[in-house]
Amino acid sequence: MDLLLWGVLPYVMVAILIGGSIWRYRYDQFGWTTRSSQLYESRLLRIGSPIFHFGLLAVIAGHFFGLVIPMAWTLAVGMSQDFYHLNALLVGGVAGVGTLGGILILIYRRRKTGPVFMATTRNDKVMYVVLTAAIVLGLWTTLASVFEGEHGHNYRETVAPWFRSLFILQPDITAMAAAPFSFHIHTLVGMLLFSIWPFTRLVHAFTAPLHYLFRPYIVYRTRDKVPGAVRPIRRGWAPIGTEDRTRDKK
Amino acid sequence: MRVMAQMGMVMNLDKCIGCHTCSVTCKQAWTNRAGTEYVWFNNVETRPGQGYPRRYEDQEKWRGGWKLNKKGRLALKSGGRVAKLLGLFASPVQPELKDYYEPWTYDYKTLIDAPLGDDFPVARPKSLITGKDTKITWSANWDDDLGGAPEMGHLDPIVEKVRRESEDKIKFAFEQTFMFYLPRICEHCLNPSCMASCPSGAIYKRVEDGIVLVDQDKCRGWRQCITGCPYKKIYFNHKTGKAEKCTFCYPRVEIGLPTVCSETCVGRLRYLGLFLYDADRVTDAAAVTDEKDLYESQMDVLLDPFDPAVAAAASAQGIPDDWIDAARRSPVYALAKVYKVALPLHPEYRTMPMVWYVPPLSPIVDLLSDQGHDAEDSGTLFGAIDALRIPVEYLAELFTAGDTDRITAVLRKLAAMRAYMRGITLGQEADVDIPASVGMSPESMYEMYRLMAIAKYEERYVIPKAHVEQAHDLEEMGCSVDFEGGPGMYEDSPFGEASGRPTPVAVENFYALKDRQTSDTASGAATLRNRVNLLNWDGNGAPAGLFPETRDVPRAAAASPADLHGPVSDSGTGAGTGDGDSAGTP
Ligand code: HEM
Ligand code: SF4
Ligand code: SF4
Repeated sequence: MDLLLWGVLPYVMVAILIGGSIWRYRYDQFGWTTRSSQLYESRLLRIGSPIFHFGLLAVIAGHFFGLVIPMAWTLAVGMSQDFYHLNALLVGGVAGVGTLGGILILIYRRRKTGPVFMATTRNDKVMYVVLTAAIVLGLWTTLASVFEGEHGHNYRETVAPWFRSLFILQPDITAMAAAPFSFHIHTLVGMLLFSIWPFTRLVHAFTAPLHYLFRPYIVYRTRDKVPGAVRPIRRGWAPIGTEDRTRDKK
Repeated sequence: MRVMAQMGMVMNLDKCIGCHTCSVTCKQAWTNRAGTEYVWFNNVETRPGQGYPRRYEDQEKWRGGWKLNKKGRLALKSGGRVAKLLGLFASPVQPELKDYYEPWTYDYKTLIDAPLGDDFPVARPKSLITGKDTKITWSANWDDDLGGAPEMGHLDPIVEKVRRESEDKIKFAFEQTFMFYLPRICEHCLNPSCMASCPSGAIYKRVEDGIVLVDQDKCRGWRQCITGCPYKKIYFNHKTGKAEKCTFCYPRVEIGLPTVCSETCVGRLRYLGLFLYDADRVTDAAAVTDEKDLYESQMDVLLDPFDPAVAAAASAQGIPDDWIDAARRSPVYALAKVYKVALPLHPEYRTMPMVWYVPPLSPIVDLLSDQGHDAEDSGTLFGAIDALRIPVEYLAELFTAGDTDRITAVLRKLAAMRAYMRGITLGQEADVDIPASVGMSPESMYEMYRLMAIAKYEERYVIPKAHVEQAHDLEEMGCSVDFEGGPGMYEDSPFGEASGRPTPVAVENFYALKDRQTSDTASGAATLRNRVNLLNWDGNGAPAGLFPETRDVPRAAAASPADLHGPVSDSGTGAGTGDGDSAGTP
């Protein structure tokens, strides 16, 4: 069982994530978008979305520190375990709570604003459930370690080594199996999230437009070689009406 | 010097009757789709008025276009690159649907399906966004014809500005008011701020003809371009999550046909043609310090296609000879740079817009004739242009960044043309003092009159075809290029008409329409290949095949409608004599 969960599943997840993203990138450029809903509603979005995203970026950075950088390194540069822990709790806690608050605002907005709710597909709903679950469970692991205090579980001795071992294709299954249940379930939901990632709107994160900082302002491009009049009909040409708003709820 | 070609448009505002035909045909062609219900690539707004989206010209609020930073260099008004990335998660300034309007349809079905009852069934308005019942409170042209101007006229950002700067107030009292129509499309700017705002770099300017397009595959829906464009002519398709904009009907332009809005314009007031410009000088020209100099610097960027040095440089840049020739015959170049009567809309946004406007003399003419003056007399008109400060100031805010001298000069030219041609039309001696008073020769004034009043289809639209020779090399496309012009088009295939690949109906319609617009007879059998396509039938005569053959009317006779109905040539041409009327009396 442990072998399956911590030895096989991670690789399945990575395969789906990478394979799925490549597939989507090649065959669904047109669907690769944030599907912004700011046109419908701006006030709540302008509160919720930045809180959520900035919180999330901090959380991602936190995961990087916690999982990728071995404990020995931080100790070596003189960072005591307690200091590290306190930091992780404070920064991670704040970021986590921010992310959760942000996403709650966004979900509230989605449900309560008529047009935004109409534009929410089934795919979005599944994504929200998994994403929120991952965030809540992540916060739970953090909070749990607060209440357990000194005797709390040090994931940097279990989860982190396992995580790093995945990359050298020798998964340290025993280490992960030793972690408490809260970590197990958070990791599993996280893997689920990454598996559905390529098939949801979350792909927008993969094309974060950092190259904007470097590209010239004005873009010239030569015309397509195929004259416009004979190009085949493409997506985005759905007819107008009230029914089209319900038809393609995927 | 880096010579580039740019498709441009000029609209002669005096002729616009505000019929919205251009908007409707454009919508049918391009934005008649889910997600673009609220989108009008072409819209016609009454000025004074708030425009569409409401008050889009208030750049202190919407932050579109460019400004000069402290170092005197161009910077996006909505913020630098880093600021834009940080504001990506929720755009700080973006119009919402309510700034445009909430699109709706009617519940027509109940008209048919309603059960028998005492009441008349009504088709209630339904929101196209939520699908629920809705109350209609605004639309793309709610304040058409100054509707609601007494209450809402002051909401026009330009009215606000003119009021702030002058003691006279723009009044919306009936006797003192003026109005005109302003049709707007994307300006296909030389220095587009939509493009500069796009984090993905999905918006591009075509090297060959300068048309600005959004790559629908590259757009990721960051929606910064919508803030970036000061004209608010880029829209968010809320269904696909991508930005969309006016395409300058590039599939039509590529095969030499005018844009849909131009083709269908009832006033025949749109001109299409090429500009040659120096791409290396654009950024500097857009960065001149004084806003009022922007018009001049924009004119300087445009190159003279008759200059041999320019032509040589253009050839060296790979611009084909027929394009250089088209640039010489370009009506937009003539109106903008030779006669200098066409002006860019809001040059102060520093985007170098390429849709130009001949400002309307009508506000002044209307006021004059309402007061019982002779609105055709050059003296009266000149006096009025100087005296009627409010319309002139208003026009100056639109077209010359507030420079009233420049707008006055253009209006005087138009007034002079009007007075001069009236003299000639009435059979009087041509008064050469009139052209001289605006610095023109009688000949050039007559030429200008010809172009503005009676130019035919081929003179109003000088559109060189795209060169798609390379397409022949592409295996798959070899066949479809056969649809391009040239003698071989519509050749019957060896196995009879219906064999082989079908001609796309759009292509057939293009050619049939073109034939109808440009030929002097009813659309002939040549384009329709002896079939009757009712979509293309122009109502003239009875083309062969419309009715079953009878013995009494042999086929040959029916094929020549002139025999049956007398001359049809006038109504069959794109530019009939009707143009002459509209020149002087908009
Ligand atoms: C760093 C790169 C990212 C950028 C630039 C970015 C940007 C955006 C933008 C522009 C929107 C559209 C907001 C709107 O107008 O409606 C959005 C929505 C969203 N993003 Fe991101 N995002 C990033 C990363 C992420 C990540 C890593 C996640 C999640 C795991 C995420 C989750 C979401 C969700 C759930 C929404 C939908 C919000 C809603 O409308 O309810 N984003 N993002
Ligand atoms: S007018 Fe057109 S080209 Fe110019 S900034 Fe706006 S969308 Fe871009
Ligand atoms: S079709 Fe021509 S006349 Fe009618 S509103 Fe449009 S631009 Fe004006």
